[in-house]
This record gives sequence, structure tokens and C-alpha cells, in this order.
Amino acid sequence: MRDTRTKLLLYILNLIMSLLFIIPLLWMVVSSLKPENQIFSDLSSLKSLLPLNLTLDNYRSAFERIPMIKYLFNSIFYVSVICISGLGVNSICGYALAKLRFRGNEFILVCIIALMIVPFESILMPLYLVVNALHWVNTWFALIVPFIANCFSIFMFRQFFMDIPNEILESASIDGSGPLKTFASIVVPLSGPVFATAFILDFISHWGDFMWPILVTTGESLRNIQLGIQTFFTLPPIYYGQIMATLTFTTVPIIVLFLLLQKYYVQGITSAGIKG
Amino acid sequence: MMQTAMNAHKREHISTFSRQKRRETLVGYSFVTPAVLLLIFFLVLPFLLAVAFGFTKFNLLRPDKIHFTGLDNYKLLFTDGLFYKSLWNTLYFTVIVVPVQSGVALMLALLVNNSLKLRNVFRIAYFSPVVTSMTVIAILWISLYNPNEGLINSALHFFGISNQPFLRSSSQAMNSIIFMSVWQAAGYQMMIFLAGLQGISKDIYEASSIDGANKLQQLRYITIPSLYNVTVFVLTITTIQAVKLFVQPYIMTNGGPENSTRTLALLIYQQGFQFRNAGYASAISVIFFLIVVLISFSMKKFLRDK
Repeated sequence: MRDTRTKLLLYILNLIMSLLFIIPLLWMVVSSLKPENQIFSDLSSLKSLLPLNLTLDNYRSAFERIPMIKYLFNSIFYVSVICISGLGVNSICGYALAKLRFRGNEFILVCIIALMIVPFESILMPLYLVVNALHWVNTWFALIVPFIANCFSIFMFRQFFMDIPNEILESASIDGSGPLKTFASIVVPLSGPVFATAFILDFISHWGDFMWPILVTTGESLRNIQLGIQTFFTLPPIYYGQIMATLTFTTVPIIVLFLLLQKYYVQGITSAGIKG
Repeated sequence: MMQTAMNAHKREHISTFSRQKRRETLVGYSFVTPAVLLLIFFLVLPFLLAVAFGFTKFNLLRPDKIHFTGLDNYKLLFTDGLFYKSLWNTLYFTVIVVPVQSGVALMLALLVNNSLKLRNVFRIAYFSPVVTSMTVIAILWISLYNPNEGLINSALHFFGISNQPFLRSSSQAMNSIIFMSVWQAAGYQMMIFLAGLQGISKDIYEASSIDGANKLQQLRYITIPSLYNVTVFVLTITTIQAVKLFVQPYIMTNGGPENSTRTLALLIYQQGFQFRNAGYASAISVIFFLIVVLISFSMKKFLRDK
């Protein structure tokens, strides 16, 4: 009896809270599907959250005004290249730090942990000057290369690889497999989860990139989707339906990716929390 | 004769051993080189440059004309009202957001840490703003906060409250950003708390309920103390995130009205890229870095002492 009452209370509290968390996003999606004038006339009633008079006009006219699809592909392209090349560079570094004995091993590890503290904001300007000196401004290199190596990923890979038994690696090397081959054919297949985790953590954080792309892209050609929606928002005439359409359109890919790799994303967050 | 043979054997053994060791060293270096080089060029070097530029004056577009000015930037900094205002705003945001957001996150974690059938639905609801990018959130909430026709004012009307200016008022703008930020990120901390909650053994709860402890007593004497380390971790990462506040004020208010939402990160950006005072912006970056280091270390110490 007491149990059912607790349960009911939990349901009610959860329902109220989850409505608070979901209503803004629901309003975004529903408004993107409504005619402009109806968004405002519905605003004072529950109708503002109900999909009535559905139309795709907002999407059509928003896409006519700015090249959203191109921005979307730009984002997907450069973020994927960062993440995939990051998997290679960071995992092999993490492997060396976990399993190979060489002078300076400890020192490099300590430096990598210490570097996690440096906030991106405090190196923003000198990083811009470095990229500028390399003549990378307004090229893909500027958006990609500085972010391939990632201290947190290296550390995460290292922690994971530490748990792989040495016997497996030794028997591979006795069988005449070189270190790179051992890594590629023994270690990588054993480590699917940590690769997935590193990939999705990196992807979601770079998907939101905003400050850096503003600085290093001058023209439209390399603009990512975050910059696309921001310029659209400041581009008169302002139609809320179209703005909501671009916001929804930007959110859908990341939600899909999240739902696909949810397990690993949550794992990444919580393992960071427990190791704390 | 035997002796020599043994020595030879030993020597051979040592030489294969050292050859193998040398090989491992070589392989080790070649494996770490790509990451280390990238980190040196795009993290260590910029960081050292930021420290060095703090003692100079130059225009961002003319890095060839650098003047060494010693501590001038720092002297200027400590007399600059806008710097103090930005520092104050950053601290205000941090001091409010960290406990509120962590508190909400803990509450949400307690709400979904049970056997309700719909718990996964609720978890995803709390988590969905986290996955949505901050740019999207900020633009969405500008519309929600709209003083004339925003959804929030419409909802307030329902409760008989008159229109609020939110982002247009210097007394409400920062609090509006705080509210939105808590809403956006609480789900992230919730996940960490949830992992902590699930790490607490069920036996302790059973034993305590046999001893007659009620739910509130269990929360006070078992749950909260067991979450100590997780809580310190959550507070640390939330604080470091909060100090970096940038995208929200950049998109939503551009630091206004009346500088009420100008933060350190925004000031660095504006001094560096809008006014092109690269030296001055670097000096602020150094102070900013020191604040982050100070927070991280004091939190770590706090964690170790207990």
C-alpha cells in the first residue's frame, strides 16, 4: 500500500519535471511545422504544443534562404574527420602509454593529464595566430587538425588498454606479430566499446562548435551548421517558423546519433564520473 | 671453458634483451609521436604564447609588430572596471549555477533511480537538452524569453503574472541565462549521480529498513554520505564549465544590457577579436587560466582530505 503511494508520487513528480524539460523542445518541433501566424495565435493556449495544420512550408522556405544542407554536410564532414582521425592518433598513443615501456612514458602521461586543465578559451587567440601563421585560415585544416589529439581520449584509451592482459599481447609477439600488427589485429577488435565511447563523446562536443568556426571561416563555403542557424537568426526578415525549422533540422542528426550510441555516450559520462 | 660458455650465453641473452628494450622504446616513441606533436603545436605552444603575449602589446592583425610592455597589461587590467564587472558576472553565474544545477541533478537522479516502468522515458526527457547544441538552445530560448510574445510570458499570464522583460533587463538577464543553463545541463550531472546511486549496495538499505529507518533517514544517512566523491566530482566539472560561460551571453545578449552578462570568456573574445588588443586579451586569458587551475586544485584537495 505504502509502496503504491510512493510509486504514484514518483510518477507524478517525474511527469511534471519531464514536461518542464521537454516542453521547450516540443514547442520548437511543433512550431516548425506550423504556419507562421498560427505560432503566435496559439501561444497563449495548449494548442501551442499540439501539431495542428501541419505544413512543411517553413522548412522549404528556410532551405531556400540559406544552404542548410550544405552546412549540414560541412558539419558532418569535418566533425567525422576529427573523430575518426582522433580514434587512430589517440588510441595508439594511449596504447603506448598503457603497454609499452620506454623512457619518458610516465612523464608524457603526467603532461597529458595536466594539459586537460587548460581551458580552450585561454588559448583561443594564440591558437588563431598559429593557424594563421600556417596559412590555414578558411581551410579545412583549421577546423580539423588542432582537435585531432585529445588529452581526455588518450587518457580514456590508456585506462581501457591497461586492463588487457599482457599474456595476450606477448603471445602475439612470440608468434612474430609486429607491434603495429598486434595493436591492429588483437587490441582494436577487443576494444570496440572504448572506441565507440571516444567517438561519440568527441562527436557531440564538436557538433556544437561555435566560437572557433566563427574565427577561422571567413566565407560561406566552410561554415558549419551552428554558424548557419546563428546567421539565419540574425538575417532579416525574421520568421519564427523558419527559425524553428532550422533549429529542429540541426538537432535531428545529433539525436539520431545519440539514440544509436546512447549506451556508449552514457558510459563515457559515468565512467569519467566514477574515476573522478 | 664452462665459464666462458655461460658468459657468452649471458651476453647473448642481455643483448637480445637490450635489443628488445631498444625496439620497444623506438616503437613507443613512434606510437606517441603523432599525438604528442599535435598537442605541442596546438595546445602547449598556444598556451606558452598566451603567457608570453600577456607582457606585450600588439594588434591581432599585425603580429609582426609586437612591443614588450612588461606588466602594463596587468596594471591596466586591475584598474579596468569592465574586467571587474566581467569577473563579478562570471563568479555570480558560477556561484548560483553550481549548487542549483547539482541540486536539481541530484533530485532528478533520485527520481529516476527506481523500478518505475517509464524510468527510461523520463531519463531521456531530462537528458535531451544536453544533446541539443548550445547554439540551438540559446536561439530557442531567445524566442521563449521574448518579452511580448514568448511562451514563458504566456505561461506566466496563466498564473496572473504580467509580462517580464527577461533578457532585455539588466537585473533579469543573467538570471534568465542561469535558468536556461540549469535546464540545459542538469541531465548531464544527473547521469553521473545516477551511476553513483547505482553503486551503493542494496544490502545497506535493507539492513537499515530492518532497523526501522524511514526513506528520509536513509537519504540523509546512507545515500548522501555515499555520494560524497561523486558529488565533489560533479561540483568540480560544473564549476569549471560554469567559469567558461560564453556561448549563451554571446548569442543571447552580447554581454548586455549594461554589461550585466559580460563574462571573462566573452571579454577575452571581444578584446582579442573585436578590439584586436591581442596582448591585453592574453593577459585576461592568463588570469582566467589561473582561476580554473585554482578551482581544480582546491576541489582535488577537498576530495583528498576526506
